[in-house]
Amino acid sequence: MSPGATIQLRYKLQRENFALDIDTELPMHGITAVFGPSGAGKTTLLRCIAGLEDAATGHLVVAGDTWEDSSAGASRSVHERNIGYVFQEPRLFDHLSVRANIEYGQRRRNHSNGTGIDQVIALLGLQQLLARSPSELSGGEAQRVAIARALLCSPRFVLMDEPLASLDQGRRDEILPFLDRLHVESRVPIIYVSHNIDEVCRLCDQLVVIDAGRVVAEGELQDVLVSTAVAGLGGDQAGSVIQGRADSYDAEDDLTRLTFSGGSFWVPGKAGASGAALRIRIRANDVSLCRVKPEQSTILNVVPAVIDKMPFADSASVLVRLLLGSERIVARVTQRSVRELDLKPGDEVFAQIKSVTVRATS
Amino acid sequence: MDLLWQPLLLSIQLAGVTTIILVVVATPIAWWLSQADSSWKPLVQTTVALPIVLPPTVLGFYLLVVLGPAGALGGWWVKLTGSALTFSFTGLVIASCIYSLPFAVQPLTAAFESLGKQKLEAAWTLGASRMDAFFSVAVPLSIRGYLGAVVLSFAHTLGEFGVVLMVGGNIPGETRVVSIAIYDQVESLNYAAAHQLSALLLVVAFIALFAMFFVNRRWQR
Repeated sequence: MSPGATIQLRYKLQRENFALDIDTELPMHGITAVFGPSGAGKTTLLRCIAGLEDAATGHLVVAGDTWEDSSAGASRSVHERNIGYVFQEPRLFDHLSVRANIEYGQRRRNHSNGTGIDQVIALLGLQQLLARSPSELSGGEAQRVAIARALLCSPRFVLMDEPLASLDQGRRDEILPFLDRLHVESRVPIIYVSHNIDEVCRLCDQLVVIDAGRVVAEGELQDVLVSTAVAGLGGDQAGSVIQGRADSYDAEDDLTRLTFSGGSFWVPGKAGASGAALRIRIRANDVSLCRVKPEQSTILNVVPAVIDKMPFADSASVLVRLLLGSERIVARVTQRSVRELDLKPGDEVFAQIKSVTVRATS
Repeated sequence: MDLLWQPLLLSIQLAGVTTIILVVVATPIAWWLSQADSSWKPLVQTTVALPIVLPPTVLGFYLLVVLGPAGALGGWWVKLTGSALTFSFTGLVIASCIYSLPFAVQPLTAAFESLGKQKLEAAWTLGASRMDAFFSVAVPLSIRGYLGAVVLSFAHTLGEFGVVLMVGGNIPGETRVVSIAIYDQVESLNYAAAHQLSALLLVVAFIALFAMFFVNRRWQR
C-alpha cells in the first residue's frame, strides 16, 4: 500500500435527533483514532464506511477505488468491501469453534495480503484457545478472537468500534498490549473509534475528532491534542503526547532518562533499550508551572518552557499550551494562579511534570 | 397385523414427507416475517396462523373444493397426471402441509427474531453474501427453532383427523392413517384394536415431544 493512499469519504445521514455530515480524508497507514463524546456519530460513521447504514448517502473512495457513490446509484454491498470490522461486542459465531470463527472470513476472501493465520494467532496469543467454543471464552479472550477474525479476512483496512468499551479495566489491560503489538507489527491500517483519550494517546498516530456528527479537528495525534479547539475534550484525562528516545538507565535508582527536542525526563523503571523511540504522554493535570526554577522539590522533571497560547477551556481551571523546544504540551492550572502569577503568552516559565506514561513505538 | 401396522406406517410416512416439505417452505416465510417491516406482514401472519383456529372440517372442505377434479389445483393436476388429488396420498400431503404450516413457521420465526442482526452483520463484513450468511450463520444458530418446527409439524400431522377425513377418505394403504383407523375400529365396536392403535400413537407422540424437550435442554447449556 502506498504511503499516500487514503480513504476519502463524504457521508450524510439524517435521523430524528441526529444529523451526520462528515467530509474527510483518512490516511491508510498506522492507526487513526476517531474520537468524540458518546452520541457524536462515531459508530454511525464506521457503519457508513462498512456499508451497514442503508439510509446514508455519500461517497467513498478507498485508495482510488470508488466503493460508493450515491449520486451515481453505485454502492458495493457489505461483503464486497474488503474491510475487517471489530464491533463493541465480539459477535462470535457460537456454533463454530474459535479456529473456525477466525477462518470464517479467511475462507471467503482467499486473496492474501500477507497476514498469515499462524502469525495472527501468535500475535493475539490464541494458541491455547483454538479448539474451544466461544461460550467458553472470557470477554477479553472473545474480543481477541474477534480481532483475529477481522485481521484474517485480508482487509484493506480494519474498523474497530470501541473494542474495549464492553470490558472492565482488568480485561482492557489484558488486551491493550496485544493492540500495541498490532500497531507495531501489522501493516494493516486501522480506524479506531474511542471515547477514551488514554487509549487514543497510547495507540493512535492520527486523530479525527467528531462532535455532533461533524469533524471538528483532524491531523497528527500530537498536533490535534494541543489544538485549542479540542484540547479540553478529554476532561480530566486531557493532555498531550510528545516523541522522545530512551537515553540511559540508572540501575541504582531504577530510573530511565528520556530525551526529546526540548530537554529530558526521568521515568521510573526501564523504559526501553537505549535509543528506542518512545511515545511520551503527559496529562495536563500532571503539569504545574513556576516562575522561578524550583529548588529542593520531590518532582524530578523540571524543564524550561515558553507559554505558547492561553488560556482556553473550562471554568475554574484553564489550559495553557507550552513550548518545550519544538514540542508542545498542555498544562492545566487554576484561574487564580494565572492571575496571581500574571501568566501570559511569551512568558518563560518552568514546567514541573509529576508523571509521564511511556510506550515504545519501535 | 396389517390392520395395525399399515395405518401407523402410513401416518409416519405422511408426517415425514410433510415435515420435510414444511421445513423447506416455512424457512423463507419465517425469515421474511422475522425481517419484514411491510404492511403486508399482518395479513401474511393471519393467513399462516388460520389453520390453528379453523375447525379442520372447514379447512378440509375448502381443500376438497380446491383439490377436487373440478377445483383449480385439482383440475390442473388431473390434466397433468391423469389422476385426482383428492382421496390420494399426494392430496393428503398437500392438505397436511397447509394444515401444519403454522407449526413450522412459528418456531422458526421466533428463532430468527431472537437471532437479531448483529451476527449477520459480522458475517457480511467477513465477506459472506446475504445468502451465504443465512446458511452459514442464521440457520445453524437457529437450530433449536428447526428442532421445534420439525417435531411440532411431525406430531401435529401425525394427529390430524378432520382434514384427512374430508380430503383423503379412508382408503387402506393410501389414505387410511392411524387416526382414521382408530375411528373406524370404534365405529365397528372393535375396542381392542382401537386401544392398540391409540396406545401406539400415544407412545410415538410422547417420544417425539420428549426428545425435543430433552435435546432443547441439552442445547441450552
